Amino acid sequence: MSLIDTIVQGVLLGGLYALFAAGLSLVFGIMRLVNLAHGDLIVLAAFLLLVLVSTLGLNPFLAALLVAPVMFALGYALQEVLFNRTLGKDVLPPLLVTFGLSIVIQNGLLEGFSADSRRISTGALETASMAAGPVTIGLMPLLALLSAVAVIVGLNLLIYRTALGRAFRATSDDAVTAGLMGIHPRKIFAMATGLAMVVVTIAALYLGTRANFDPTAGPARLIYAFEAVIIGGLGSLWGTLAGGIILGVAQTLGAAINPEWQILSGHLAFLAVLLVKPRGLFPRAVD
Amino acid sequence: MTIAIPSALKVETRTKVSSISLFVAFAVLALGLAAPFLVSRGAVQDLFFILTMLVLAQSWNLLAGYAGLISVGQQVFVGFGAYAMFGAVILLGVDPLLAILIAGLLSVLLAIPTAFFTFRLYGPYFAIGTWVVAEVVRLLFAQWKALGGGTGTSLPREAVRDMVGVSLLRDLFGMKPAQASDAITYWLALMLAAATIGFIYRLLRSKQGLGLAAVRDNEQAARAVGVDARRMKALVYLATAFLTGLAGALIYAQKARISPDAAFSVTDWTAYVIFIVVIGGIGTVEGPILGVILFFLLQNFMADYGSWYLLMLGLAGILVMLFAPRGLWGAFSDRTGIQLFPVRRTLIGGPSIHQGGSSHG
Repeated sequence: MSLIDTIVQGVLLGGLYALFAAGLSLVFGIMRLVNLAHGDLIVLAAFLLLVLVSTLGLNPFLAALLVAPVMFALGYALQEVLFNRTLGKDVLPPLLVTFGLSIVIQNGLLEGFSADSRRISTGALETASMAAGPVTIGLMPLLALLSAVAVIVGLNLLIYRTALGRAFRATSDDAVTAGLMGIHPRKIFAMATGLAMVVVTIAALYLGTRANFDPTAGPARLIYAFEAVIIGGLGSLWGTLAGGIILGVAQTLGAAINPEWQILSGHLAFLAVLLVKPRGLFPRAVD
Repeated sequence: MTIAIPSALKVETRTKVSSISLFVAFAVLALGLAAPFLVSRGAVQDLFFILTMLVLAQSWNLLAGYAGLISVGQQVFVGFGAYAMFGAVILLGVDPLLAILIAGLLSVLLAIPTAFFTFRLYGPYFAIGTWVVAEVVRLLFAQWKALGGGTGTSLPREAVRDMVGVSLLRDLFGMKPAQASDAITYWLALMLAAATIGFIYRLLRSKQGLGLAAVRDNEQAARAVGVDARRMKALVYLATAFLTGLAGALIYAQKARISPDAAFSVTDWTAYVIFIVVIGGIGTVEGPILGVILFFLLQNFMADYGSWYLLMLGLAGILVMLFAPRGLWGAFSDRTGIQLFPVRRTLIGGPSIHQGGSSHG
């Protein structure tokens, strides 16, 4: 039945949106920073993957293993050099600095790669699919959803089971007191942003192999990520997954009615949640 | 400002420099009015661009720099105002000048439901929320086939040619219709820019302005002394929607051609505006004026460099935000103490203690 198929495709798409959103959610949870360049960083990582795949002929998954540490270092450096200077009571500096960064990355990519649409080829995987009862499930979308679940399980384990996670939580609760206990909040923030960039690399892998992308694709990814975070509720990673899936299903349902309504119906679902539950469906953070 | 104070004392916001600058402002305005007779049509169009960007910048500055509402979605009012104007002209046959006013009022009407959604979000989430709203409105207009759908449409030639005042200018000064309509939109832009600056300056020197500064500096403390922070912010949001909608309608009355992607462009109507304000000096009336002049010069010098230009602008914005958070004008003003539009209240006639009515001017 086509309705079931539409919903299943929406859930799979939601996995991709959850991947976009997980990094944003992590950074916000730890330092209350909203990175307006998040979407552009995903696109930047996708271009790095594209370069490795097209020039060295690497397998995209192998390329992601190489790009991840580069993105981690970039995230660490961005936090150390830029974002840490902007943190404070005033919300203006972090927003404007990350907005500036977003414009810089977009136009840097335009200069480097032109405005052409690109795609990362995965060879036979691209069209591989399997039949599950009445619906057909593409292998790459399924991998994206499974990766999203794996990323969220992994991040939760890291946050609640490791010393680094304890430092994350302590700094998030009270950076000054955490500092007294021998934690360097700035280093912790840098680690968190670095980690978010590893998640961004995974998101970029599925963004780049699923559909075409170009240097200006970032802002739309940021908006989807943001919608997933807000629908799910701030501070809850599982909520973010649920938010991504709701967004994905809303989009595929809208597209099934009229292809021009795909993006619009996603936005409307977001506004509807905002109307009914302003703090999201599964809120955790107090602020 | 009228506050009951012992007779020997006086609260003033005026300074010597500001009295001179008021005089200069009127002189510039008078010169500006004469511009269409003095300079070429290309220069009039350049001035029109500067003035409309100035209106957008002043509005965003009021919103972000004074009310603390950082919006990345003001393009919604530019696009909506422009489309409302096109709709009124094409579908209802209204004169473009009247349509511009209608567009401003409709923008306020649009701002009510959008505020309803976005005011549920705080700080950074407000910023992205406004962006989502702008995207929703853009996608809706792209569906409206009567106004050209996704590809857009043009203003009918005769609507612009028969616009109020065009024939008058032709008869009086022998202007060609295209030249006359450029002159009219330019004068409107000049009046709108002057009115915007006048409105903001008056607002900031009023009791409401003092409340606004208090909310920006410490919302809880301001509420504790009876400032209704939410109401102040909502009023500022509606006022900027009106100004931005008017500016949007005016910009597209001059362009005479519209498409959803251009009218709701986040780069043209929000990114540029943010950089103008941040580089010029956020939270000052002078900053956006300085910013828009720098922006225009930069754009002319760097027009050939395409995306390098935006990249440089982004870098400049980041550097200013990190090292001179109050912009070039703020840095200049801190050093010299010069304020052309002072809003800080100074006690005159009292014992000479350092006064700080509002935290910054």
